[in-house]
Amino acid sequence: MTTQPENGPEAETNSGSTSASGTSVANTSVSGALLEMRGITKRFPGVLANDSVSFDVQGGEVHTLLGENGAGKSTLMKILFGMYSADAGEVLLEGRPVDVSSPSAAIEAGIGMIHQHFMLVPTLTVTENVALGLPHGVRPDLDVVRSRVGELSEQYGLAVDPDVYVWQLAVGERQRVEILKALYREIRLLVLDEPTAVLTPQEVDDFFVTLRALADDGRGLIFISHKLHEVMALSDRITVLRDGRVVGSTTPGETDRQELAEMMVGRQVKLASVQRQPADSSGESNPADLDYDARPANDARLVVTALDVAGDRDGVPPAVRGLSLEVAPGEILGVAGVSGNGQRELAEAIAGLRRPLTGSITLDGFELVGASPQRIRRSGLSFVPEERMRDGAIGDFSVSENLMLVDHGEPAHAVRGWLKLGALNKRAVDLVDRYQIKTPDVSTPTSSLSGGNIQKMIMARELSSGPSVLLAAQPTRGVDVGAAEYIHERLLAQRDEGTAVIVISEDLDEVLALADRIMVMFEGRVVGTVHRDRCTVEQLGLMMAGG
Amino acid sequence: MAEFFTASVLVTTFAAGVRLAMPFLLAALGETLGQRSGVLNLGVDGVMLIGAFFAYWTVLETDSRLGGIAVGLLVGLAMGVLYAVVTLVFHAEQGISGIGIFLFGLGMSELLFQELVGTPFPIPALTEVAIPLLSDIPGLGDMLFNHSLLVYVGVVLVVVFTWVINRSTFGLNLRAVGENPEAADSLGVSVVRTRAIAILIGNALAGMAGAALTIELGTFQNNLTNGIGFIAVALVYFGAWRPLGVLAGSFLYGLVTATVTQLKVLDIVSGAAASLTTTAPAVLTVLALAVIARRTASQPAALTVPFERRR
Ligand SMILES: Nc1ncnc2c1ncn2[C@@H]1O[C@H](COP(=O)(O)OP(=O)(O)OP(=O)(O)O)[C@@H](O)[C@H]1O
Ligand SMILES: [Mg+2]
Repeated sequence: MTTQPENGPEAETNSGSTSASGTSVANTSVSGALLEMRGITKRFPGVLANDSVSFDVQGGEVHTLLGENGAGKSTLMKILFGMYSADAGEVLLEGRPVDVSSPSAAIEAGIGMIHQHFMLVPTLTVTENVALGLPHGVRPDLDVVRSRVGELSEQYGLAVDPDVYVWQLAVGERQRVEILKALYREIRLLVLDEPTAVLTPQEVDDFFVTLRALADDGRGLIFISHKLHEVMALSDRITVLRDGRVVGSTTPGETDRQELAEMMVGRQVKLASVQRQPADSSGESNPADLDYDARPANDARLVVTALDVAGDRDGVPPAVRGLSLEVAPGEILGVAGVSGNGQRELAEAIAGLRRPLTGSITLDGFELVGASPQRIRRSGLSFVPEERMRDGAIGDFSVSENLMLVDHGEPAHAVRGWLKLGALNKRAVDLVDRYQIKTPDVSTPTSSLSGGNIQKMIMARELSSGPSVLLAAQPTRGVDVGAAEYIHERLLAQRDEGTAVIVISEDLDEVLALADRIMVMFEGRVVGTVHRDRCTVEQLGLMMAGG
Repeated sequence: MAEFFTASVLVTTFAAGVRLAMPFLLAALGETLGQRSGVLNLGVDGVMLIGAFFAYWTVLETDSRLGGIAVGLLVGLAMGVLYAVVTLVFHAEQGISGIGIFLFGLGMSELLFQELVGTPFPIPALTEVAIPLLSDIPGLGDMLFNHSLLVYVGVVLVVVFTWVINRSTFGLNLRAVGENPEAADSLGVSVVRTRAIAILIGNALAGMAGAALTIELGTFQNNLTNGIGFIAVALVYFGAWRPLGVLAGSFLYGLVTATVTQLKVLDIVSGAAASLTTTAPAVLTVLALAVIARRTASQPAALTVPFERRR
């Protein structure tokens, strides 16, 4: 954060105000909404993704769209941003119908969108990414763009170096570039589709300050998140979608998390994460008493010793340095830490997707370093990768094909190289049902599933293969509350069946809800490994900061 | 062997290498532009052939060599329109349609040659243009500064392309479209238009490369290019999608070819060894590619991926 925005998060809606730079945005009349979507309907093969949805946003407000995985949130927003065309309905901006036939038309009309998957060109610099598509002469005027980007980052606390390549940026920084792109184009309405899924809790706090400042300057913001506490903290209004239909609107003042969850699913739910107390933080536990080298109770199954793993960039220290860990059957080791501290590289090294520089990884005494990912899987390791679309699923394959991807060679599924398609399909249908994967049927291509449903599909596949070690990175990222509960239950059940489980998560609540022991990583090293019930949140927070 | 290393032979060999490099350079530069926009064209060789034939025919009929080059360029442009329609409007698979273009160019040039000309009459080569002062430098002058206009055009194009790709607005769009067309589209950059321009320029240059080849050789025959267009595609990879890299690759290729020819002319290698050395340029390219491909991963991410908005 470079500067605080002029208006604090608590400032009241001041429609028609101007930003410090003098850019006039959203001048909302009292009667008319900034945005109005009327009777939007969108049908995909086998699904009615939006069913005459009506939705509006006032200037100066943050309006949250809430709903289960596959409820139709992203679809509605893609229609607004010109990526899909609606079968019926209209979009009005300040009372006038607008052309949203393409993303560029939407931007022209003043609508910006931050996608679940970023829309950046990694091989261009930050400035070039912002400059792309602006009216230029023969040469793009990059100096003008660079200085304006600098002003905007100052004004809204969106720190990023304008001259580095986007591929060099961390996820949080890329998101800032996306927002800068939108601000540069003087958008009046900003759509943010699950922007916090990739941010750390600290980043989320700063991010919300930025969002509030954007709204206070008169813009309308549409926010999507599955994290109910975020929704409660940030929203002015909340609209809930279920199966493509609006089921109601409310405000944080009139509702609570429990009620929101029930609106989403349409029945009574037991929201465990609401009832479950966070780790006892009142206890007078003295950090000095804490055992920073907690060992598993049983003999370890997976043993990592003195592991060094290189990151993606050359010329910097390895992403994982001298790391050792042990996991025993029947326990969950939670790996906590702010993202980018070597967790991804550690996971990829264990799964055989990244070759360690030095060190060893053994599973029941069998050395995994140097073995192929397939060999590692056959020795009993299941892996849920962080980058689900890149490493976890094949978009063009059907749901049932993706579900059989790892164990199609098993005797139960194939005879002499021939797949038993009937049996595999039946299993796929069963998994889709148990994990409530929302899809027209199992032959639907995976790329047309909603983000959370792809994650559920990968979890279903990995959990159903009866692993002896399960390594899950961000197991519930982008998954709705109900499904997250189910995945947690499954992980705990898997542990009780004797699997050695490693859960890597940036969500401390999740780690606390699942883990028996918690290992904290910082800058590629282990800060300490502690017993779940003998530590406090404060201690963990301190460890995550490297202390 | 000693007779090869005399100053005059070395200078002529080098100069020949530079001239021989031109068809490669022109075709590969054009292909570089196309690939940076995300479109692979395996039909370069076919475009060269058809461009070569029409250039040859023009020179034969009108005696105008510059006219021949212009016709080669225009014929390439027409082929570009065809390829752009096939890949951008019909979203055809690029590998397959490229091979289709190649076969079309091969067959068509053969047929037209049979029907319209029949006998390979010779045509005059381009006259050399000596650059004042520079061409007087002993040795170097003849190696670099006493060439036909085409050679200078080729080298100037390398500079122009480098600037266009890295500094111009079109180049910015081009790079974005080749890496992440969805992102470019979402900012109002027309993916189809950018790719179409790249394809048109690329094919025009391929046609011109064919013209350069036929005029350099002073005649036409069936399958005149003998795979030069395919090597040009490989040179784009060799040059890591950069005009300067492509220039280096083309020169290397031209020089090795010229050296092999010279060795044969001087009877230093003969018989089976001679046929074997003829493969040297190709072998060298493959080796260089293997080494370079390991280091640079700069291939445009959207290469060969058709772009279509989801509806
Ligand atoms: N391009 C597409 N083709 C076919 N079906 C699609 C497509 N995009 C979305 N769908 C379907 O439309 C429904 C709504 O999907 P959408 O992505 O809008 O859900 P969502 O509310 O954003 O869910 P999530 O929280 O998981 O991101 C889903 O059933 C999904 O499978
Ligand atoms: Mg979504």
